[in-house]
Amino acid sequence: MRAVVGEVVESLSASLERVGALARFLGRLLWLSPGGFLRVRLLVEQVYNAGARSLVIIMTCGLFVGMVMGLQGYDLLQRIGSEDSLGVGAALALLRELGPVVTALLFAGRAGTALASEIGLMRATDQLAAMDIMAVDPMKRIVLPRFLGGVLAMPLLTAVFITISIFGVQLIGVQFFGVDQGQFWSQMRGAVELSDIREGLVKGLVFGIACSLIAVFEGYNSLPTAEGVGQATTRTVVISAVTTLILDYILTALMI
Amino acid sequence: MPTEPADGVPSAAGHDHVADLRGVHYSVDGKPVLIGLDIGICRGAITAIMGPSGTGKTTLLRLITGQVLADAGEVIVDGRDVARLGRRDLYALRRRMGMLFQNGALMTDIDVFENVAFPLREHTRLPERLVRSIVLTKLHAVGLRGAARLMPQQLSGGMARRVALARAIVMDPEILIYDEPFAGLDPISMGVVMRLIRSLNDALGISSIVVTHDVREISQIADQSYILSGGRVVASGSPKELHDHPSPIVKQFMEGQADGPVPFHYPAPDYREQLIGEERRA
Repeated sequence: MRAVVGEVVESLSASLERVGALARFLGRLLWLSPGGFLRVRLLVEQVYNAGARSLVIIMTCGLFVGMVMGLQGYDLLQRIGSEDSLGVGAALALLRELGPVVTALLFAGRAGTALASEIGLMRATDQLAAMDIMAVDPMKRIVLPRFLGGVLAMPLLTAVFITISIFGVQLIGVQFFGVDQGQFWSQMRGAVELSDIREGLVKGLVFGIACSLIAVFEGYNSLPTAEGVGQATTRTVVISAVTTLILDYILTALMI
Repeated sequence: MPTEPADGVPSAAGHDHVADLRGVHYSVDGKPVLIGLDIGICRGAITAIMGPSGTGKTTLLRLITGQVLADAGEVIVDGRDVARLGRRDLYALRRRMGMLFQNGALMTDIDVFENVAFPLREHTRLPERLVRSIVLTKLHAVGLRGAARLMPQQLSGGMARRVALARAIVMDPEILIYDEPFAGLDPISMGVVMRLIRSLNDALGISSIVVTHDVREISQIADQSYILSGGRVVASGSPKELHDHPSPIVKQFMEGQADGPVPFHYPAPDYREQLIGEERRA
């Protein structure tokens, strides 16, 4: 029994230590951030890597999430004779909840793992150490542009995801089930407020900070072995997913 | 006797030392790696650090470059105590050093030219024409001017190490550190790297520190050598002095004997007892 308690305490203290290290890591990145925006070429490269290279998966998933919402939404709403509200229901759900959350989960799986494994491999092949010896701070040259690139890309990807998803809902609801096109769009335009759009983008930004931070932190602190890089990549996905859902609850509670 | 520069550290013997380790202790997870190590690296010379695997040779390099700090003792590089330097001063010191990693540590997403140009682009605002000239000069010095536009993945092990060497000298360092420069190279590449270490040291007037296992190769170019074992210096001197050294451990290392003071077998229970005991239990 004592051994079990000891193990739990040890595991808790290790987790707390890691959270502390993550907070210090974030603090350092924020401190360095103003300088990061000055190196435009590096930043654009990383926005392209994290954002443009995730577009295909984000757009494909967005389309199918929208189409599923169209099917489910229509089935539900037609039971109560409100199928014309399909557009507004889907738009609000996507803007306030599904859009940022699903985008963050996809982002963690595509861009997050790429970031963690890239930085982890740089550590394993001594590239980070070599840079450090050349008096080039790897935090400034490697980690910061990737973090900022992810943070800037996430709200943009969220906007793309939501737009494509709404198109998917429209495709099924209007084109397939014959919901009135005018009702679909006018109800949406009447009910959706600026605050709903803001909520989606704020969530996208916060999830972007969280997912990018976790990815670069795990990559930077990975063990310099093949197994270490693999573990860092796995942890990136798992921790990002859990953190996204916890943050989603907190942000929803604050903004509702 | 060599002239002593303002920030030089004279050793007890009167040589001008570019780096000095005095009574250095270093341990990892409570396990001692270096125990009271005393080493002086002569300015303008090639210093070889040799010894069996796991004796703390690479740790010694990491101490000199300030990647790790000693638990006790002093690491003085160019007259400055590395442990007392802040990040800015440490980076200023590192700009005067170059290091060749065992695997080259080239950045895999940029080509050979950009790898060599990397320190220049990060630390200077030289016009592109000048950067190009410097990079091509350094690549020419290692015989790889023609490989400037190849990617690191297209290079052989020996070529990658030569590119890394060009990168290490692109800022004209005063100290050049080599971590196992001959490991895994074919005899031709080994000869090329060996001659490069000697010629760069003489042509650029730098101080070279070479960590290696390759006794025969390093003996041909080193001016002074240290042999480490068990975290201590067990012998030092010129390659010839080391060859004639009476210590059994130095003899074992220099002659490449499999068994000796450094045992072939990792500590284990009695062989017969272990085999029979296991059979009985089965």
